[in-house]
Amino acid sequence: MKIVAVNLEGNGTFAQDVPALAETIKASGAELVLLPGTSRAKRSAAAAAMRAGAEIDTNVVDLEVVDGKPVARRWVYRQRIFTAFSRAARPWVIVTDPSLFGEICAKVGAETVPFAAATGATRTTVNGVENAGTGGESTIKPDAKLLFVAGAGWTKKQADGALHFEEAAETITGFLGRSGASLGSSKSLVDMPEAAAAFKFMSHMNQVGQTGSTPRHAKGLSTCCHGEEPHVVGWRFVNDRRAVNLDANCGWAQGKADVVYVADAFAVMKKVNELLG
Amino acid sequence: MSKPLNIVVCGSLVPDPLQTLEPVQTPQGPGLKNEQMLPSVLDPWAACALYEAAALAKMRPGSKVTLVALGPKAKLQQLMMTVAQKVPLELSAVNAPAGGFTDAKDTAAELAKAIKALPAAPDFVFGGCSSASRDAGVTLQFVAEALGITEFFNAVDELKVADDDSFTVKERIEGGQYLVSTCTGLPAAIGWATGSLPEPPNNPQTGMMNMRGVMPALMKAPVANVGAGGIAWEKAEVPASKRDTVVKKDMSVEDIAKEIVEWIKA
Repeated sequence: MKIVAVNLEGNGTFAQDVPALAETIKASGAELVLLPGTSRAKRSAAAAAMRAGAEIDTNVVDLEVVDGKPVARRWVYRQRIFTAFSRAARPWVIVTDPSLFGEICAKVGAETVPFAAATGATRTTVNGVENAGTGGESTIKPDAKLLFVAGAGWTKKQADGALHFEEAAETITGFLGRSGASLGSSKSLVDMPEAAAAFKFMSHMNQVGQTGSTPRHAKGLSTCCHGEEPHVVGWRFVNDRRAVNLDANCGWAQGKADVVYVADAFAVMKKVNELLG
Repeated sequence: MSKPLNIVVCGSLVPDPLQTLEPVQTPQGPGLKNEQMLPSVLDPWAACALYEAAALAKMRPGSKVTLVALGPKAKLQQLMMTVAQKVPLELSAVNAPAGGFTDAKDTAAELAKAIKALPAAPDFVFGGCSSASRDAGVTLQFVAEALGITEFFNAVDELKVADDDSFTVKERIEGGQYLVSTCTGLPAAIGWATGSLPEPPNNPQTGMMNMRGVMPALMKAPVANVGAGGIAWEKAEVPASKRDTVVKKDMSVEDIAKEIVEWIKA
């Protein structure tokens, strides 16, 4: 079985990438074509596969070929149900999770073929890249060991009956700076207009969960977040989980985190910052 | 002067995210236990697309938003009781199975057919960048390809349309960054991420206006045969994920902080 890998990285436009990728798929003569799930591939691979007369599946996390039959594995319903499946049709384009692309290619012995970007007509001009949020340095660090998730509790009235947005922002950014953690957020926090004004280092891009991302950090620390299911589906691939919450019966305590500290996250994280120096 | 826009939003229902999902085997392949009984919501990303469409339509007087939804008719009707109260829209429905185990290509073909059957060609085709059911993020690309739309943008959080119909988009890319692009004209397809708009409050007046068109649209929804396509499902399971959570109630702030720091550094 001929299996090829096409490494589609960088930036491109749909109008130019679709015909170029369709041509690459056809010209490869491969039965399986593997692509990493980069933003560029996710934009254009489906239409390219359609144009090349190929089938396509995305977000594949494992692939094995047993007796000449490829079986792919992926999640459906946002990391809730794990599936294994195959297709008889060829060519079959398989877009893998980007972090697993190299591993999967090596496992099935894929041969790398180059992708030649096209320069055909398009009405789109790529102007450049900018960080999400307006707070300067990006708070999203895919390579960080730790995911620090801030929930809406950071914007609630504290023991003195007052709101402490600035203090919260300072504590969160202080921790991110000292620990090198990547910042995640619950939907309720990024949706909050007051939070948008106070937490300029945070945007919808930080959101983790049902309508957010599903990052792959080794450890995750949740603060001021109640661990509801739509949020926790974003933690599927975070293996070592801890949470700080004032509610001993929060969602995290229901078998979702390894350790739940029942405490005020404001006080705990300030102390953590002190200890981290 | 800017012209009215014809905005089509592709979106359908998904199980309420608070529900427990259990896969079962059906004669058609895998499905969900008690699927017909599970409460549904409009797919979260498609909902963001719908709210963005409504906001854009509001800025261009005379614009129209058409929700093209594929799903079981009875469940769509139930869903529209809520969705129709959110923003002014027209509905074009396709009566077919929708879920995590149906084929995206079949779904996209039916959506494209429904869009082609609309009285006017769309200026924008909106949808979610992915779904909370299949979560493949390919349907809208298929639809764009089927409609011959050559400008498609994925995981968009911001769209600014100028009076001359040129527009600027911000697409989510790797590392918490946006790819900023400009496009000189329409038509275009946009796969929305969350955008930046909050969920509009329910407006019963909008709901009553919408339902005048929604009910007839549901009545005449064509039946489509959407299934597993060429996929041979081998397994669908919910992995055991319950942890033995240790709840630490009586520790001092100092001790908790020390333990967290040690854990981070380990």
